[in-house]
Amino acid sequence: MSEPMVKAEAVHKRFGRNEVLKGITLEVAAGEVMCLLGPSGSGKSTFLRCINHLEKINSGRIWVDGNLVGYRQKGDRLHEISERDVAEERAQIGMVFQRFNLFGHMTAEQNIIEAPIRVAGLKPDVARAEAKLLMDRVGLGDRLGAYPAQLSGGQQQRVAIARALAMKPKLMLFDEPTSALDPELVGEVLDVMRALAADGMTMVVVTHETGFAKEVGDTVVFMDDGVVVESGDPAAVFNSPQHARTQAFLSKVL
Amino acid sequence: MAEADQQSEPASAPAAPVEIKAVPVRRPGRWVAGFLIIVVAAALAKSVATNPRFGWSTVGEYLFAPTVMDGLVKTIELTFLSMLIGIAIGVLLAVMRLSPNPIVVAASGFYIWLFRGTPVLVQLLFWAFIAALYPVITLGVPFGPGLLSFDANTWITPFVAVLLGLGLNEGAYMSEIVRAGLLSVDEGQEEAAKALGMRRMMTMRRVILPQAMRVIIPPTGNETIGMLKTTSLVSVLAYTELLYAVQLIYATNYKQIPLLIVASIWYLVLTTILSIGQYFIERHYGRGTARAVPPTLLMRIWQSFSTWRHTKVDVPEQTRHGL
Repeated sequence: MSEPMVKAEAVHKRFGRNEVLKGITLEVAAGEVMCLLGPSGSGKSTFLRCINHLEKINSGRIWVDGNLVGYRQKGDRLHEISERDVAEERAQIGMVFQRFNLFGHMTAEQNIIEAPIRVAGLKPDVARAEAKLLMDRVGLGDRLGAYPAQLSGGQQQRVAIARALAMKPKLMLFDEPTSALDPELVGEVLDVMRALAADGMTMVVVTHETGFAKEVGDTVVFMDDGVVVESGDPAAVFNSPQHARTQAFLSKVL
Repeated sequence: MAEADQQSEPASAPAAPVEIKAVPVRRPGRWVAGFLIIVVAAALAKSVATNPRFGWSTVGEYLFAPTVMDGLVKTIELTFLSMLIGIAIGVLLAVMRLSPNPIVVAASGFYIWLFRGTPVLVQLLFWAFIAALYPVITLGVPFGPGLLSFDANTWITPFVAVLLGLGLNEGAYMSEIVRAGLLSVDEGQEEAAKALGMRRMMTMRRVILPQAMRVIIPPTGNETIGMLKTTSLVSVLAYTELLYAVQLIYATNYKQIPLLIVASIWYLVLTTILSIGQYFIERHYGRGTARAVPPTLLMRIWQSFSTWRHTKVDVPEQTRHGL
């Protein structure tokens, strides 16, 4: 097996005195879809945000594609890397948020081409052509000129996925992508994610959609109170959970 | 009868809903208040028009006088330039205030404390007398060699002193407005930009500031209108803007009231133009939000008049007879 896309080793994260992550160790292989499950407050989203350095970890190490996230090792000391280098690392990792976070003053197209032009240095007409393809891919080829406020939640989230994909990321992070959606709109977003997984994208998905995790996930990780309680093949975790806490959680959500 | 109703409701093709034409609630209070205000306004208007001491002919004579026009241009110039300085300093201070560097934050806080804590008039006088404090102003390495020296008396002209006084003071107020605007933008916007690999300054310029504008514009419009009027303070420094221009005229012909009216008319004309401009700028920065820009006061008055007319017209003949 080649180098994992994401490797986390004993990751700890505190907010003040509140320890949110208490030693997370896991690996995500290239092309793998990993779903993080667990009750709210278990640290799933925080861990996801540590992967692209939106949160600084207090101890442990995270590597993405072999590169240490946020730091550079020189001898036995860690050096923080500059804002420019952090930005460069992040540009290769796509992220989709619970609240979509589309830029409200820009049309769907402008949202998608902003980073490719300003960060990756693409020519505007090239970026626009790619934006059109991406919007077709998420089924919104006719809504390029729409402002976020004119789109439904499901459509906004699909634009947000297209925006993340426009940077040609090697890894996609999804932070509860369907939690803010009306039930009838969840399906359209999951369809896009399913297609993405089928294309071989490496994905880490924090979700409450157990159906999606079971069907699309290669691995399911159950977290509670800042630790990984149980992980493995979705069928195994869902059908015969080993830990009492996993059993209790699944009996409520399934 | 009852049976027929029950059948027709779900089964038959939906008939066009009958528009409600109810008799509006009568509000005699509104009529009384409206009448009283019109009477008082008419009395005031008569007195203004007929009191010879207003000197309306003198007003007409001087309204477009070259001295007045010259002062008017200078007032516009001052308002525009000092707001420009104020906005630039305000944005800078607001961004500094949100910096991770505590010394940068403190510097911004000190500036605001100093310039907001002293009256503009005092600051204006300070700048006018700056040559007494620093006869020669030298730019260069702090504590090191000077690179550029200039004589305060020749370079700090009344115009420069006035611009510095108004602009630097305005910067302190604008920074609070800009800061409120920046804070009004959802944190998720910054996070999304970060996650896409955008850096802090680019995020600020491309994502945060444009969306903050919606919150920043209305109070900035107020500030501009305030600035237009504050420029009149400059008359104490003998700078010939609009107010000092009319003062020069009435110093020779003693027609104070008509000339102050001349100045007031021009101030009103300018504030009206600024208010209209503000409406269109707000509309521009409101794009992408579902909520429409609220109608201006004039539009609201017009609308309420037209609905009054409509309710009157809409009342069916029968009902009126019935009443």
